[in-house]
Amino acid sequence: MLDHLTYAAPQPKVIQGAKSDWELVIGLEVHAQIASKAKLFSGASTEFGAEPNSNVAFVDAAMPGMLPVINEFCVAQAVRTGLGLKAAINLRSAFDRKNYFYPDLPQGYQISQLYHPIVGEGEVIVDMGPGIARRVRIERIHIEQDAGKSIHDMDPNMSFVDLNRTGVALMEIVSRPDIRSPEEAAAYVAKLRQIMRYLGTCDGNMQNGNLRADVNVSVCKPGDYERFMETGDFSHLGTRCEIKNMNSLRFIQAAIEYEARRQIAIIEDGGTVVQETRLYDPDRGETRSMRSKEEAHDYRYFPDPDLLPLEIDQAWVDDIAAAMPELPDQKKARFVKDLGLSEYDAGVLTAEVENADYFEAVASGRDGKMAANWVINELFGRLNKEGLTIATSPVTAAQLGGVIDLIAKGDISGKIAKDLFEILWTEGGDPAAIVEARGMKQVTDLGAIEAAVDEIITANPAQVEKARANPKLAGWFVGQVLKATGGKANPAAVNALVAQKLGL
Amino acid sequence: MTKPNSLTIAEAREALRKGDLTSIELTEACLTAIEGAGALNAFVHCTPDMARDMARAADQRIRAGEATAMTGIPVGVKDVFCVKGVPSQAGSRILQGFTPEYESTVTRNLWDAGAVMLGKLNQDEFAMGSTNESSCYGPAVNPWRGPGGTQLTPGGSSGGSAAAVAADLCLGATGTDTGGSIRQPAAFTGTVGLKPTYGRVSRWGVIAYASSLDQAGPMTRTVRDAAIMLGAMASADPQDSTCADLPVPDFEAALTGDIRGKRIGIPREYRVEGLPDAIDALWRRGAEMLRDAGAEIVDISLPHTKYALPAYYVIAPAEASSNLARYDGVRYGYRARLSQGDGITEMYEKTRAEGFGPEVQRRIMIGTYVLSAGFYDAYYNRARKVRALIRRDFDQAFAAGIDSILAPATPSAAFPLGSVDKGDPVQMYLNDVFTVTLNLAGLPGIAVPVGQDAQGLPLGLQLFGRPFEEGDLLNQAQVLERAAGFVAKPDRWW
Repeated sequence: MLDHLTYAAPQPKVIQGAKSDWELVIGLEVHAQIASKAKLFSGASTEFGAEPNSNVAFVDAAMPGMLPVINEFCVAQAVRTGLGLKAAINLRSAFDRKNYFYPDLPQGYQISQLYHPIVGEGEVIVDMGPGIARRVRIERIHIEQDAGKSIHDMDPNMSFVDLNRTGVALMEIVSRPDIRSPEEAAAYVAKLRQIMRYLGTCDGNMQNGNLRADVNVSVCKPGDYERFMETGDFSHLGTRCEIKNMNSLRFIQAAIEYEARRQIAIIEDGGTVVQETRLYDPDRGETRSMRSKEEAHDYRYFPDPDLLPLEIDQAWVDDIAAAMPELPDQKKARFVKDLGLSEYDAGVLTAEVENADYFEAVASGRDGKMAANWVINELFGRLNKEGLTIATSPVTAAQLGGVIDLIAKGDISGKIAKDLFEILWTEGGDPAAIVEARGMKQVTDLGAIEAAVDEIITANPAQVEKARANPKLAGWFVGQVLKATGGKANPAAVNALVAQKLGL
Repeated sequence: MTKPNSLTIAEAREALRKGDLTSIELTEACLTAIEGAGALNAFVHCTPDMARDMARAADQRIRAGEATAMTGIPVGVKDVFCVKGVPSQAGSRILQGFTPEYESTVTRNLWDAGAVMLGKLNQDEFAMGSTNESSCYGPAVNPWRGPGGTQLTPGGSSGGSAAAVAADLCLGATGTDTGGSIRQPAAFTGTVGLKPTYGRVSRWGVIAYASSLDQAGPMTRTVRDAAIMLGAMASADPQDSTCADLPVPDFEAALTGDIRGKRIGIPREYRVEGLPDAIDALWRRGAEMLRDAGAEIVDISLPHTKYALPAYYVIAPAEASSNLARYDGVRYGYRARLSQGDGITEMYEKTRAEGFGPEVQRRIMIGTYVLSAGFYDAYYNRARKVRALIRRDFDQAFAAGIDSILAPATPSAAFPLGSVDKGDPVQMYLNDVFTVTLNLAGLPGIAVPVGQDAQGLPLGLQLFGRPFEEGDLLNQAQVLERAAGFVAKPDRWW
């Protein structure tokens, strides 16, 4: 079975300049904090929000003579992520030092993997709507240390440094320049986030900075990108600028949009785009220069002599692979193919793994579409309205499943089911017991329904005449019968009896 | 009777076990000797209270019958080792005021074995130098004097350690050897210095100079003492990823005195242009001694030897430029006084300009240069390739059945302090010509005093061994030591 659906590629975004049309070419470097209790090379905690400088081991503070020791769990997390992106795992990788001075970088270098990353080429399917997705190739993933935090606005004369984040493990996920619109860029980051959350390798919390992106943007004329893809020759593409450290999907889109238009304006005015690093200012909605290529640091990368090359066994990788959970693409495809859901509904249900798990619990042994409707429309609608999540939902999957069972058995109507859902939401309890105790069970005793129908027909001869002339008016009788039975009569049975008695 | 502080470790061990001597007596003798040896400038920080506490604890342990080979033995520690609660500056102003909250693995092992901490020993700043003159404490002075009482360098970088052991201020000392910093000072002072195989001894808590070359080892008065002390210093260490996960053998047990059938190589590339006759003669004599003891002397070739020095002076500064980046005045140690309006860049620049001495600054600049874009392949990568070829030279020699290699330790005897032209650091670097190959290859080597020059100054030879076969190496070294019968001691002038 295919583990994902088949898609058509989306059209690249075209921006109309003053003189011609332009296309965008975008590549991302996503920095994802590895979900791990301890740092990459020390035993210090990674807990967010701790007192400043409380999660700092001697090696994190670069005390003299201290040495890094690799955290095996972080390595496993990177391998897991690589497998989740269908990427090649390099059994031998190595750590390099990236040298630069900054107060929040105590060692004076960041330990990273320039020459031999742990993960090689992979791919991500970025869903852009039913039947449409962009395939983004991953160039590599490497493991590296995060830096600390410099705080410049607490004192007019001094800066402060918090080393809690120093040495926390990051994965840098580098894409090929396969992204062709601001929306795709945001969707790509969202998809990476989704996959890593499924894997449990990154919590994806962008607000805390646990997932951030450097975005490379260039513009080119229509047709140039295809020439680049054919030849691999970057000279077909425009000069790129890198927008650093974006931690919001909305800002990523806005920054790309702004940056593309800025570059187009420069070129159309006869200027040339300068390769540089830029920062996005969300308050002004613009990017501005941080440093030019000439001012770029010479990082003097070289192999870290404190660490041996990282060698892992294929068997260890295989064990990790064997324990991989079902990933969003596979799950979505299964929901479509096995449960008959629309791609849209399957997408909604698989967005978060907790939601998908909940849905599967509801759908297990029941009608998939009906379960999907109840989860998406009733439950998600209500959760959204009340600002709750699946984890804080007052209605459990077992309860919602019970409601669906009662509908399927014909014990309650859809309308009663909504009342029951309300009771479960506010009071809780066992659905079947509530229906029983509160007399909500719908009447399927045909004799009783027939008596009610007869009664209504006898009492309303004029309506009978009208209905016989215009069968659409039979609904009036159905409504009257349901009213008379307190909504508990099985609507299907009432419909059938009304039609029969009226001779329709 | 020999003064307690002049005993060898092995002799002191016997006396302690027999109850002829207590550790506190031994320790007091050393403390007195240190007090009287200010002129040598060997100890830069003495820890008498700590020493007495440790000595008393050692005496209890000895009485309880729980002594190990090093229990109660007073030692000095090169300043580069972090000792908890004791200033540890690696001879640099930039670590002024730094007192570690942690204990290096080597010193932890020594204290666990019951050794007694006498204090911190002088060294070249960050172990960069061959004369001990780059120390922020001023140079250590060789207890041996030249003609007319000329003050000589004890060598470097472990100059304080060598001077202290030669002058009987301690029974043994720790050193570190990145390009010869244990073996050259040992040769200059008539003592024994062992650089173990890279990975035999943990680097955790040792202030780094060049991580892929640095290795700690013992400096002692005899080969047996080196075997005893190495046994206490070495351990596997999960905190140092480059430390070998190997059991520590009983090195002393390897000292059988029997080297019959050993094949000892004489590398022709070490017969360098301008090698003084005295050194050449010593080398020949050393070979004869080993032959007389039943070893087979074989001429061998280590063809890439001549590239070792340039490769070393690329790799070591490259690593140093990165290792020393952490000394920035932000978190500990020296921070320059800043002027109004100075920012972080000025803080870095002033702190590092004032905190590092000229030799350290020179090596940081060389290292920064060889790693920079456009020069990396020409310098650093080429040096790494040379390094691999140098290691291959040794591997091939060992594969051809060679057990060890005999070479001079230094191109000369100790020379006067201040005699190396400050304008020509290469002259100083040439001192390392016989020693750096071993660090590049990661192999064990030991310097043994074998003779004296015309002025009566000690001269040493070194033996290189197979990786992680220090026991075998020590055994051959002890045969050489016994045959040479070097017993001379410097006249006490300090």
